[in-house]
Amino acid sequence: MTSNKPIVVENPWERLRAFTDARIGLGRAGVSLPTGKLLEFQLAHAQAQDAVHCPLDVEALAQQLQEAFALEHEPLRLHSQVEDRAMYLQRPDFGRRLNDDSRERLEAVASQSRVDLAVVVVDGLSALAVQQNSQPFLKALYQQFEQDSAEWQLAPLTIVEQGRVAIGDEIGALLNADAVLVMIGERPGLSSPDSLGLYMTWAPEPGLKDDRRNCISNVRPAGLQMDEAARRLFLLLKEARQKKLSGVKLKDRSEDNVLEGDSAAPGSTQNFLVSD
Amino acid sequence: MAQTFQTTLGSRHYRFRSLAELMAKATPARSGDRLAGVIAESAEERVVAQMVLADLPLTTFLNEALVPYEQDEITRLIIDDHDAEAFAPIRHLTVGDFRNWLLSDQATSEALSDVRSGITPEMAAAVSKLMRNQDLILVGKKCRVVTAFRNTIGLPGRLSTRLQPNHPTDDVTGIAASILDGLLYGSGDAVIGINPATDNVAQSVKLMRLMDDVIQKYQIPTQSCVLTHVTNTLEAIEQDAPVDLVFQSVGGTEATNRSFGFDLSILAEAEAAAQSLNRGTVGRNVMYFETGQGSALSADAHHGLDQQTCEARAYAVARKFNPLLVNTVVGFIGPEYLFDGKEITRAGLEDHFCGKLLGVPMGCDVCYTNHAEADQNDMDNLLTLLGVAGCNFVMGIPGSDDIMLNYQTTSFHDALYARRVLRLKAAPEFERWLTEMQIFQDVKTHQLNDQLPAAFANSLRHLPKEPRHDV
Repeated sequence: MTSNKPIVVENPWERLRAFTDARIGLGRAGVSLPTGKLLEFQLAHAQAQDAVHCPLDVEALAQQLQEAFALEHEPLRLHSQVEDRAMYLQRPDFGRRLNDDSRERLEAVASQSRVDLAVVVVDGLSALAVQQNSQPFLKALYQQFEQDSAEWQLAPLTIVEQGRVAIGDEIGALLNADAVLVMIGERPGLSSPDSLGLYMTWAPEPGLKDDRRNCISNVRPAGLQMDEAARRLFLLLKEARQKKLSGVKLKDRSEDNVLEGDSAAPGSTQNFLVSD
Repeated sequence: MAQTFQTTLGSRHYRFRSLAELMAKATPARSGDRLAGVIAESAEERVVAQMVLADLPLTTFLNEALVPYEQDEITRLIIDDHDAEAFAPIRHLTVGDFRNWLLSDQATSEALSDVRSGITPEMAAAVSKLMRNQDLILVGKKCRVVTAFRNTIGLPGRLSTRLQPNHPTDDVTGIAASILDGLLYGSGDAVIGINPATDNVAQSVKLMRLMDDVIQKYQIPTQSCVLTHVTNTLEAIEQDAPVDLVFQSVGGTEATNRSFGFDLSILAEAEAAAQSLNRGTVGRNVMYFETGQGSALSADAHHGLDQQTCEARAYAVARKFNPLLVNTVVGFIGPEYLFDGKEITRAGLEDHFCGKLLGVPMGCDVCYTNHAEADQNDMDNLLTLLGVAGCNFVMGIPGSDDIMLNYQTTSFHDALYARRVLRLKAAPEFERWLTEMQIFQDVKTHQLNDQLPAAFANSLRHLPKEPRHDV
C-alpha cells in the first residue's frame, strides 16, 4: 500500500520566491495544496478580514502630520455620512459625501482665492495603509513641490473617516482647489494589508466619474516606493495643470521611470525564462 | 408607450410601473439592487414579479426598450442587430415558456446556436430571473461557443485557464517567476494576461514583449494580453508592439462605457487594428473583454435597471466584436453589489448562462475581496458549479492570491482540481504542448511530472543570484 515516494511533491523553483511575493512553488499533494500552505493562506485571509474592520486612529494621525510638517493648524478632521463600518461596506453613496458638520467647517476655512491643490487623506478600506504611509508619502510629495520652479498653493490638509475616493471631489470644490489628491487605504490584499492608492482629479466637483481621475496604486514599503510614487504623481499633476484636465485623456507618460526598481537591466525584458 | 404590469394575489394587488421595475423586482436578492433602490420590497413581491414576468411575451422586449433608443448606442446595437429570422422559432413564446423551451429536449446545442442572434440581452436576463441555479447550469452546458487564436477554446469537455502573473511593480523577474509556476501547473491556455500596475503605454509595451518572448521561446500554443485601456493598446499597435489580444472592460450602457473612456467605434477600430497584425494561427478572435454586475451602478449609469440586466446588455457589446475571451469578474466589485458567497455564486451562474445563451465565449473570474462575506469554500463551490456548466475558462494565479489587484481568485491548483473531478481537459493544442514539454506524466489523468522538465530546468540555471529588491 505504501510507497517510498513522498506524499507532498516539492517544487524546485520555490527559490524564485526571492523575486516575488506571489505564492509560487507551493508544492502539491496530488494536485492540491499541502496542509502547511493551506493554513498559511487561511491565516492571511483572517488577518486581512480583521484589517478591514480596524478603525483609523485619526487623532494620532492628525498629530503626527502636524508635527512632521510643522503645520500651523492641525489637519482638518472630517467625516462622511456613513455611521459605522457595516454601513460603509454596503452604502458607498454615503461614503462619497461629507456630513453636515464637516461641510460647514470646511466652508468656514476655505480660501476665497483659488488654490492649486487640496490633499485629502481618507481611511478607505485600510486604516493601516493610511496610518503608516501618509507621512512618508507626503514628505516625498512636498519635496517635489519645493524642487519645482513654479509656485504651488496648497489648501489646508484634511483627513476623512469612513470615506470613499469621490469624497475628495466635494472637498476639493469647497476648498476652491484646481485639483484634488485623494490618498486612500486600498482594500487589503493577503500580502498587502497596507497599500495606499493615489487619485488625482482636475477641477473637482461632486458627481464626477472615474474617467476623470488618474490613479497610482500599491504605494507601500514593499510595493511602489514613496519617492517614485510622488515623482509620478507630480508629473501627472503638472501635466494636468498645463492641459487643464485629468483622467483617461491624460495618459501617464512617465516613460523613463517604468523600468526603475526592476530586477532587469533598464530597457530590457531579459529574464531567466528567455536567457539562452 | 410604457405599459403597466399588474396582478392580484389573494387580497393584495401588485402593480409594477414599468418593465424595468418588473425586471428589477423579479431579480433574486442582492445588495447592489438594494443600493440602487430597485429591489423587491418583500420576498412575496419578488415571486409575484417573477409570475408577471413569466406571462410576458418575448416580443415585449423588442417593443419596449429599457434604456431609450435615442439615448444609448447599446440599445441601438441590440435593436438594429436583432435577427428576426433567427428569432422566428421562439417568437411566439412567453418568458415562462422560453424557460421550458430552453430546458426541453428540443433545445439542442444546435438549436440554441441557431436562435442565438434572435435573443436579446433583456430576454436572456428575464428568463434567467425565473431559473434556479440548476437550470442555469443545465442550459449553460448545452450552449457551445468556440473561439480560436493560437489554440481552440470552448470545446466540449475542456476547461481553459488564464495565467495571471500580476506583480505590484511589474517586476520582470517576478512576473516571469509566476509565468513559470503557472506553466508548470498546466495553466495558461486561455491567455497569459497581465494587469499592469500602472496605466502606461510604455509599460504595457514592455510587458507585451516579455510575454511574446516567452511564448516564442517555448513555442507555447497560447496568446498574451496586457489588460490596459483599449486606447493604450491601439497606441502600442502603432508602435509595432507584439499585440495578440486587445483588452477592455465593458458595461451594458453607453454611459457606463463613457465612464470607462471608450465607445463602440473605438472597439471596432481596435478589433480591425489587431486583426491586421495577423498573429493568430488557428483563428482570428482578437478581443478580450471583462464585465461584472454592478459596474453600471458604480458609474451611476444604470438608468434605473437592476444590475443583472445591465450585465446581460454588456454581452451585446461583447458579441459584436467577436471576442476570443469574455469573463465576468464576479466577486471583484465588492459587498455593496454582491454581499456574500451566496450572491456571488448566483451571479456567476447567471452571467455564464446569459453570456453563453447570447453566443459569448464566457469564462469567469471566480473571486472575492477581503471585505466581502466570502471565503475559499464559496469559491470551491462556484468553480465546481461552473465546471459542470461548461464554463470556457477560469483564472489561474499562484496560490489564489493576486498581489497586485488585492483579491483572491482561483489558483493553478484549483483548476487542476476541477479538471480532475470533472474530467475536463485543456485546449487541445495546449494539451499536446503540455505532454511534449513533459510538464505532465499523463495529461489524461492529470498526473504532473514529479521531475522538473528539461527545458525549464535549463532556464532556472540563468537565475540571478541575488534579487535587487527586498521582499
